[in-house]
Amino acid sequence: MTSHEPMEVEPGATAASPEKGPALPTPGVDQYHVDPSLPAAGGVEHHDQADRQPKHRAPEEAKAKRSFARTFREELWANNNFTVTLLAIVLALICGAVLMVVGNAEVRDQWQYLLYQPGKTIGDTWAFVSTAYTDMFKGAIVNPDTVNRWYWNMTTWQQVFYPISETLTNAAPLIFTGLAVAVPFRAGLFNIGGQGQAIMGAIGGGTVGLALSLPAVIQVPLGVLAGALLGGLWGYLVGILKARTGAHEVILTIMLNNIAFLFLGWFILQKGIKDPARSDAISKPIQESGRLPQLIPDPLLRANLAIVLAVLAAAGVAWLLKRGRFGFELRAVGHNPHAAATAGIKVGTTVALTMALAGALAGLGGTSVALGTAPALTVDMLGQIGFNGILVALLGRVRPWGVVGAGLLFGALQAGGNAMQTFSGVSVELVGVIQALIVLFVAAPALVKAIYRLRRSPAAAAQAGLAKG
Amino acid sequence: MTTSTMDVELAVPEAYWTRTRKTGAVMVVLGLLATIVFGALAGSENARFALGENISGAGFDIPGTFGAIFFGLVALAAGVAMLVTGRYFGVLTGVALAGFIISALCWQMSVSPVSHTMPLGFIAAATFTAAIPLIFGSLGGVLCERSGVVNVAIEGQLLTGAFFGALFGTLTGSFWLGLVAAAVGGALLSAILAVFAIKYLVDQVVVGIVLNVFAGGLTAFFYEQVMRPDTDAYNFPGKVPSWPIPGLVDIPILGPALFNGNIFSYGSLIAVAVVTIALFRTRWGLRTRAVGEHPAAADTVGIRVLGLRYANVLIAGLVAGFGGAYFSMLSTTGFSKYMVSGAGFIALAAMIFGRWHPVGAFFASLFFGFFGALTGFLTSISSPIPSQFLSMLPYVATIFAVAGLVGRVRAPAADGKPYVKG
Repeated sequence: MTSHEPMEVEPGATAASPEKGPALPTPGVDQYHVDPSLPAAGGVEHHDQADRQPKHRAPEEAKAKRSFARTFREELWANNNFTVTLLAIVLALICGAVLMVVGNAEVRDQWQYLLYQPGKTIGDTWAFVSTAYTDMFKGAIVNPDTVNRWYWNMTTWQQVFYPISETLTNAAPLIFTGLAVAVPFRAGLFNIGGQGQAIMGAIGGGTVGLALSLPAVIQVPLGVLAGALLGGLWGYLVGILKARTGAHEVILTIMLNNIAFLFLGWFILQKGIKDPARSDAISKPIQESGRLPQLIPDPLLRANLAIVLAVLAAAGVAWLLKRGRFGFELRAVGHNPHAAATAGIKVGTTVALTMALAGALAGLGGTSVALGTAPALTVDMLGQIGFNGILVALLGRVRPWGVVGAGLLFGALQAGGNAMQTFSGVSVELVGVIQALIVLFVAAPALVKAIYRLRRSPAAAAQAGLAKG
Repeated sequence: MTTSTMDVELAVPEAYWTRTRKTGAVMVVLGLLATIVFGALAGSENARFALGENISGAGFDIPGTFGAIFFGLVALAAGVAMLVTGRYFGVLTGVALAGFIISALCWQMSVSPVSHTMPLGFIAAATFTAAIPLIFGSLGGVLCERSGVVNVAIEGQLLTGAFFGALFGTLTGSFWLGLVAAAVGGALLSAILAVFAIKYLVDQVVVGIVLNVFAGGLTAFFYEQVMRPDTDAYNFPGKVPSWPIPGLVDIPILGPALFNGNIFSYGSLIAVAVVTIALFRTRWGLRTRAVGEHPAAADTVGIRVLGLRYANVLIAGLVAGFGGAYFSMLSTTGFSKYMVSGAGFIALAAMIFGRWHPVGAFFASLFFGFFGALTGFLTSISSPIPSQFLSMLPYVATIFAVAGLVGRVRAPAADGKPYVKG
């Protein structure tokens, strides 16, 4: 790519062949080059306003004509990222359907008779797959039957909102852990330690939640703060080690994940934490006054304050990255640490603080589980939210609002997967496969384009700007 | 792995405080800790080290307090020697650590309410058994990364191997075909890594992480859908035959570990030897290392960089997949979901700890395996040391290693960087 139009600059973004370049930026120092569009300190806002515009328009003119509807339309059609993401989801769902068929004994056996009963085979398969995915949709967004029954006063309105509530409940921790990957990514750091940081956050928040009995107005913020603090410390440890010794953060975070996991296993067995009434490894239950309040006080609708906090955190991160002084330093370090150091930015401090911020975000993710949905601290209470956060961040293209969108999608898949397991008998583990496939396809847009034989549009040039080579 | 962002400011000149002296200072502290604290806490009972696989039979006794203090002093002396001479890093570190560990053992065993005897043969065998999957996994990592492709997907390769081994071992009714299938399964996952990392130039750490999730989800899905409803038909692979070598088995301590083995234990030793010779004594090995260090230069002299990388990543998958079968065909019979549970990441740590060298990775795996065996032993004598903290030691050791506190490790120069012919 030879053009020099302004473009969204990501860490690791360099010129590359549009056909082969992946859209995901890479936090690898060695591929960095000094980007001509990297502005001086004064020009940050202007740079970010202008860089989404197509190339034939001068930035000033575009800024004047910019309206929300127009931006939306341009994002939808001119930006190829959206198309690739959508097609990647479709592709992953198709792969998921194949796995469903292979995994179901009845449908699988029917395929032996494909040549004798082609109609029945295809029909059975279609019925099975479509029922499963319909159940998934019903469990994640809305169930038309429930709406109908509610209309005829046969059920409560809470039932109608149950799927959405489940989606939001599942999405909140993922948005947090996704942001915890996205923020350091912009500074050229790959944070695989979301899991460990979330565990430490859950320990911090959970301990406040189960050990104290204060008024909820005090205890809940205290718990959230403790979670963010402990997670932040765990992240800071990575940052300071990297800054001081140059140790690679990927290895550090993988090791700290395991250490945090083992520490949690030890912690919940300690006196004062462990539930004396139980023989298995589980802590005392979280006190009612320590729990995050539900959005709608109803036993059925679990969605709680966590999703609001998650969206606020995303907004805060978006502001920070775009407008904040620290966000500028962070991105400068991500673009080119050498240049940043020359410009007087303390690279080591920025790295350490970035990881602390990431740790705090992941810690909030862990806290939102500990104080939101988990009844008590257990070893496997967090599942894989840290690793799923990596997928969410990558799918959201390491942008704060992208992470929110990806987190909602993953939350919906999780909620829908649970419903699919209950009603269609397809194991919820399929969701993990679909999520991984989506990210894999999104990470290799060239593959998706080859499969769908997409033609290269003028906007593909802008897309290629995101690619590295 | 890519190099550090921080290299800019880290050119600290090496003065008096070299690596050896710093380590020596740490060892002095450990030695003092062992001598004073362990010596004070140790009981008057004898700590008995039996040579065989069980607590009866020949052995030697060390009085608890004496042992704790004596071996603490050994660690202290080694630390002082490092501090004074600034040389003999490897030997003295080994002596100091061994002294510290034996001192701690004398303390723990002399006060244990259950048993004062440690069967060394059993510990050695348990160490090696625990190390087997780590050896295969870290060899998979070495093969991959020496050619310049980061392999964070070891966990996934082991898991896929375990799954394929159990499934096809049961379907074909043959243990051996199961092993072949396990290797092929690991290679299949590796093939995805290769295509995305080499052809589509996706960040290799990203692909690795995603593939771990993918492999975990896929195997768990089929476990739930296929294996669990009908264990006999899909998840009942044969038992691994044991091949003791007559005579050699009876060697004290090491005999039961090395010569009472099976395809996995002998295989791991052979694999280490083969990979070492292949990497450092053959044309293929020279080319692999060249591609991992400087692909452009290798390309200039006519080496097919991408072809070699594809081959190496696939071979790495074969090795790691074969090792994965250990989980479903040796340590337990049958697959269960997420059964690898982090061993792939320890294998990654072992590879780094072993400085991207097959022999180093082998000893690092044994080191980590030893802590696994020790954890089991201390739990069995109801030691008050929490097992979780012992299990943390491999990870802490790796952090120390990569942070350069105990000797700096360096990845192949082109590790993690896709090669685009320019």
